[in-house]
Amino acid sequence: MSVFHFELRSLPPEAEAFRDEVRAFLRAALGDRPSVRRARSWGGFDPDFSRRMGARGFIGLTWPKRYGGQERSFLERYVLLEELLAAGAPAGAHWVAERQSGPLLLRFGTEAQRERFLPQIVRGELSFAIGMSEPDSGSDLASIRTRAVRTDGGYVVNGTKVWTSNAHRSQYAIALFRTAVVPDKKHEGLSQFLVDLRSPGITIRPIINLAGSHDFNEVVFQDAFVPEDMRVGAEGDGWKQVTTELAYERSGPERYLSSIALILELIRAAGASPDPRAAEVIGRLVAQLTTLRQMSLSVAGMLQAGQNPNLEAAVVKDVGTTFEQSIPEIVHALLDLEPTLDSGTDLQQTLGYLVQRAPSFSLRGGTREVLRGIIARGLGLR
Amino acid sequence: MSELGGLLAPAVTRLFSDLVTKELIESAEKGAWPDKLWRALEEGGLTLPLVPEAGGGAGGTWADAHVVVRAAGKHPAPVPLAETIVGSWLLAQAGLEVPLGPLTLAPVHEGERLRLARAGGSWRLSGTASRVPWGAVAGHVVVVAESDGGPMIALVGRGAGRVTADRNLALEPRDTLAFEAAGVLGAAPAGPGVSAEAVTVYGAMVRAAQMAGALESLLEQSVRYATERRQFGRPIGNFQAIQHNLAILAGHVAAAGIAAEHAFRAADRGEPDFEVAAAKVRAGEAAGVGAGIAHQVHGAIGFTYEHALHFSTRRLWSWRAEFGSESRWAMQLGRRVAAAGADRLWGELTAR
Repeated sequence: MSVFHFELRSLPPEAEAFRDEVRAFLRAALGDRPSVRRARSWGGFDPDFSRRMGARGFIGLTWPKRYGGQERSFLERYVLLEELLAAGAPAGAHWVAERQSGPLLLRFGTEAQRERFLPQIVRGELSFAIGMSEPDSGSDLASIRTRAVRTDGGYVVNGTKVWTSNAHRSQYAIALFRTAVVPDKKHEGLSQFLVDLRSPGITIRPIINLAGSHDFNEVVFQDAFVPEDMRVGAEGDGWKQVTTELAYERSGPERYLSSIALILELIRAAGASPDPRAAEVIGRLVAQLTTLRQMSLSVAGMLQAGQNPNLEAAVVKDVGTTFEQSIPEIVHALLDLEPTLDSGTDLQQTLGYLVQRAPSFSLRGGTREVLRGIIARGLGLR
Repeated sequence: MSELGGLLAPAVTRLFSDLVTKELIESAEKGAWPDKLWRALEEGGLTLPLVPEAGGGAGGTWADAHVVVRAAGKHPAPVPLAETIVGSWLLAQAGLEVPLGPLTLAPVHEGERLRLARAGGSWRLSGTASRVPWGAVAGHVVVVAESDGGPMIALVGRGAGRVTADRNLALEPRDTLAFEAAGVLGAAPAGPGVSAEAVTVYGAMVRAAQMAGALESLLEQSVRYATERRQFGRPIGNFQAIQHNLAILAGHVAAAGIAAEHAFRAADRGEPDFEVAAAKVRAGEAAGVGAGIAHQVHGAIGFTYEHALHFSTRRLWSWRAEFGSESRWAMQLGRRVAAAGADRLWGELTAR
């Protein structure tokens, strides 16, 4: 059986040279901020930081030069991403635009859409949200009901999206709407749209998370108008387009590095000569980290080679999120330490932040259960 | 995969599929030496991948050897092939001649020592090595021994030491060899990049790859069984509980596989201690979880001697402890990382 194969990859010398450039930039940009802030990572939304990234040419690294990109390789982009994550850079203001929206337009968008949006994304000036889930459609995404009905020059949209991260501070969303109801074929009749979030008929309401933060939103469409030229790809191709890009979203280093700030704090707390118990814990964490990095790199190599490693990407995300989710638990098991919000050490606050974040790691971007279903299908079990 | 490795893979798979039958493994468990299998491996040029061609080997790399070792763990070949690959490399690195036939390695455990001393014009070996794979059967033992001038590699013939026979859970011979000023067939200072710990480090590396192979076999056997075995009117693989457990197993198989391969690549670069530690830890963790899932999926039939599943799981339970357990390697890795400091960790990871 060779249903999946993780081939070991090495990064090319130009990618390693680029790494030094990125590290120097991040050292200057982030200074000595504490781990609790670094732990926010790409959940941190900092338009100023994104504009600085843009000015350095660090957004849209692989995109064509005519849209402001650098035409560098996916492996160089991989290096950039892992350095951002390892340093805990607040990359949230451009993360979705760079990872998903831009590549979607490059693949399926019109020339006019590319010319209009890509240069702004590259400059770090444009944030995107993703409008997929609905109140009754989570893991069963294809069951969405928000309708986009044809009208003069475009579509009228009615329905509700939820868990729309950053909708309140982004200019646009890429949203999936139902443009046709095909009985018994829920994957058909779906289409993707560029939605100006400030349009009339769109109401954005905060959904406060358990930690009291405002990241995601409910976005209600009431007779909102979306122009024809804001549809991405052909009408009815939405499902195919959504699933094509999943390997990029699922195998990236953000699927195993979410708790690295806490790992580093734990190592600091253990000191240069840790007791045997702490040494063993650290060793096991590092063994996982280095292995996951090689797995994730392996998928990056497949993407660079033009393959479509959706199965391998699901494996990386399942193993990776299980790992990053386990870190607060491991810290609790090792140290007599209370997680805190405002007081205590950087380690306590980082633990306080991540222990409350960790449940989301195996939910966002496809739940653990959905991923394991995909892996099982790859194994030939369904 | 390396070029030679790519050529080797199908040949190795064919050879093992043909020769490593259930009957062969069972007879090996009763103490028979699978001579035909060993000859086929030698004739196929698979036993000395790292020995230069002038010395009778394949002149290949650790990446090439990885293909062979992993397959030997997958099938699972009841011969000291991994030990011969490491032993012959140690000999070749030290400029010593590599003899024909199976070799083994003498792991040195805590409280044990192997020492070479001059006696007249020749070297004499003293000390005890325990859990030596096929220690009584292998034609020669390769040891890394202390001497006044630093670590040395020595080749000892079968019968040079007093043997106390023992075996591991998979009924593979794991003998204790006690040497008392025993004569050696050759001795030389350890070659470049070969430390006093070399037997443990490279032994752990090949065990990690063998475990990755055995885990692959567990996944294949379990998926096959889940699609064949029917309960409640459908294959048990239709049930989500089984599917998710097999998906977890697949993740461990993937992780153990790439961790082991990563260590072999590091060995080609020299000084693979970091990657070997990570691989032995990761493969060991995968072994524990993986064997558990495979048995759960197989139900009672997998718990019988008649079924072949245990040929892999019993090996995993022993191999995870041989040449250092996960806890030993994790402690070593953790101390190293802590001593360098948290701020160095990311640089260390990305340099590998």
